[in-house]
Amino acid sequence: MTEAIDAEGLIKRFGKVPALDGLDLHVRTGEVHGFLGPNGAGKTTTIRILLGLMRHDGGHARLLGGDPWAEATALHRRLAYVPGDVTLWPNLTGGEVIDLLGRLRGGLDRARRAELLERFELDPRKKGRTYSKGNRQKVALVAALASDVELLILDEPTSGLDPLMEEVFREVILQEKRRGDRTVLLSSHILAEVEALCDRLTIIRDGRTVETGTLQDMRHLTRTTIQAELAGPVDGLASLAGVHDLRTDNGRVRFDVDTDALEPALRTLVQVGVRSLVSAPPSLEELFLRQYQRGDR
Amino acid sequence: MTGTGKLIRLILRRDRFIMPLWVLVLGIVPAGYVSAFEGLFPTDQERIAYAQTSATNAGFVSLYGQLHGDSLGELVAWRSGFLPVIIGLFAALTVIRHTRTDEELGRTELIGAAAVGRQAQLAAALITTAAAGVVLGLVLFLGMIGSGLPAAGALAFGAEFTASAWIFAALAGIAAQLTSGARSARTLVVLAIGVSYVLRIVGDTSAIGDNGSLSFAAWLSPLGWVTHVFAFQANAWWPLALSALFSVVAVIVAVVLLGHRDLGSGMLPSRLGRPAAAAWLRTAPALAWRLHRGLLIGWTLGFALLGIVFGGVGSSVLAIAEDNKGLSDILGDLGGASSLADNYFAGTAGLVGLIASCYAVQATLRLRDEEQKGHAEAVLTTSVSRWTWAASHLLFSLIGPAVVLLAEGVAAGLTYDRARLGDILTGTMVQLPAVWVLAAIAVLLFGVVPRLSLVAWAPPAICLLVLLVGGTLRLDQWVLDISPFTHVPHVPGGSVTALPLVTLTAVALVLTFTGLGGLRRRNIPD
Repeated sequence: MTEAIDAEGLIKRFGKVPALDGLDLHVRTGEVHGFLGPNGAGKTTTIRILLGLMRHDGGHARLLGGDPWAEATALHRRLAYVPGDVTLWPNLTGGEVIDLLGRLRGGLDRARRAELLERFELDPRKKGRTYSKGNRQKVALVAALASDVELLILDEPTSGLDPLMEEVFREVILQEKRRGDRTVLLSSHILAEVEALCDRLTIIRDGRTVETGTLQDMRHLTRTTIQAELAGPVDGLASLAGVHDLRTDNGRVRFDVDTDALEPALRTLVQVGVRSLVSAPPSLEELFLRQYQRGDR
Repeated sequence: MTGTGKLIRLILRRDRFIMPLWVLVLGIVPAGYVSAFEGLFPTDQERIAYAQTSATNAGFVSLYGQLHGDSLGELVAWRSGFLPVIIGLFAALTVIRHTRTDEELGRTELIGAAAVGRQAQLAAALITTAAAGVVLGLVLFLGMIGSGLPAAGALAFGAEFTASAWIFAALAGIAAQLTSGARSARTLVVLAIGVSYVLRIVGDTSAIGDNGSLSFAAWLSPLGWVTHVFAFQANAWWPLALSALFSVVAVIVAVVLLGHRDLGSGMLPSRLGRPAAAAWLRTAPALAWRLHRGLLIGWTLGFALLGIVFGGVGSSVLAIAEDNKGLSDILGDLGGASSLADNYFAGTAGLVGLIASCYAVQATLRLRDEEQKGHAEAVLTTSVSRWTWAASHLLFSLIGPAVVLLAEGVAAGLTYDRARLGDILTGTMVQLPAVWVLAAIAVLLFGVVPRLSLVAWAPPAICLLVLLVGGTLRLDQWVLDISPFTHVPHVPGGSVTALPLVTLTAVALVLTFTGLGGLRRRNIPD
């Protein structure tokens, strides 16, 4: 499978301050790729390097098979970008901005434009200065989604949208996914969104990639939470490798277990007799928190 | 009003360099005139002769106002007649910077949510600027006393400068309520200052030239009021009272308007626009036209008006020369009355060129504005290259000044004398290469050291200073040579030589391409 984005060991410094410190990002063609990291981790800097707005100081970056800096103009015809902080020209209407950006990218699907305006409930006649943050974001989203491009780069596109509109956004991206011919790089803070939309994800911190893969892959690296009601007292669980945070209370146990210790742990429970069992896969939230806490130690 | 004191401290903190700078420089310049005049005219006769010719020179009267006496103090106060324009500009820009600009950028919201009253921000901006005006007047007063001029005149003169700051600070307070964008608020105050200036020119030149039928126009202009104080002569107090009253009324209007609008909005309504872009809006130059056209049209109209005024004043130059036997004798020796008109138009052309360079710098800095607001990112991530994006905007900083200069030259020529249109227009258009140099400095800064882009305003300010004080202070030639306008041929009257024009254009080209080269290599946004 070819890669729409192939960045390896990216380094970027602002003066002496390192913003990216060997960041890797690989996005396969046709997938929706989540790009996660806390504020200041380097998500926007990475995106700006991929867009040829900034030049990297080290490492290598390829975008749609080309050099993002040297071939910026040609590559930009094939992608659409929604910045995290959308600003519109104060005296141009939303409709004008959508059309202009679409034309500058090399084509706009009129029917799709109309459909998206309706789904996002956006009035295209308003002047840029009168839109709220969420509505400015909708303008940029409609312009990007209605453009005839292979790659969408979305930098926290839903940070100003209300929950209803977030839902519309998810539906639209899932629709894109079903079409299958578009690649999406989705930088986000909203883990539920990434969980719902993304095939694979990359987690970064302090300018480095700390985790990358499918959500499935990452779950293997993490713990499952088990809650069980048992027929009698259980021994030996606490001494089992891979079991953490064990709490017992009147025949009930609750613990976290590493994925590779799941089988022996369950076997121990079954020996005692299980009345009920709840097993919760780790949510992205927990993944995320664990990832960052690990780094803090 | 709660929290006003804290906001005043915030303003003083944010403006801790720029505010003392303009207050001190503008307050000290007249003291420089005192020593300059003492050096230029060591004897009373020389000074009186200069005063007499100046009082009837329509060019001088347009620029500085009327001159009634011939004492040193009067000459200094008269010669400082352009400074209220600059004071007004600084005062107004300060108020807008701390009101509408903050509001547009969302800082007001941040502050408004804290424990500060609704009027606190406007009050803080107005109080701080008014106080700066008082300090400015005080600096001037002390400077005049220190130069040994009469205290009463020095007081009136200081009050004149303070009033100039107050009036335009208060007007800026209104402008900041009317529009929802800081840019349009700034345009409104510049327009107000421009209209005041033109009304004063019309009134003052009418008073000395024809039968004075239009001399009332000066009284329609706040700039007319402050210059009609005639410090060191009449020391009239009532124009000052009128200015103070006007300022108070304007502040009340601003406060009432503020009470009637929502945060972030202006009094002038925002209408719904077109749901889709026009067919022509599909390229980077088309977008640049959409963004620049209002500015270009405004400046073109303003310059045409300026041309009409300068042309009209030019007619009275001749009329006065013919009335004045002694003057026409001198002029006869110098090559006839036409040389006076030539000199006048060559002089105004230099001023017009300088003003055009402000437009050129403003249009160029639009690039930086687009970058900082994030608009550049939106355009540059489409198929538009950095080169095309920058060139689209630079079309307006290079061709725009040509358009406005053409408007002024044609308007001045047609108003004055159709037969002299060619000469007058030539005199105006030869300024263009000098204008380009100042625009090119802005491109250079933007491309190479973008964070210092605003320094691009320093060259026009320096050139203005050279124009205003260079001759009077008898600065060394090398100081005068800093200004590209010094190198422009003096037309009409002189001859057009290609060398300086070609050299200036070449300098502008080198600076522009160096700037564009820097732009292609740097981060956006930086």
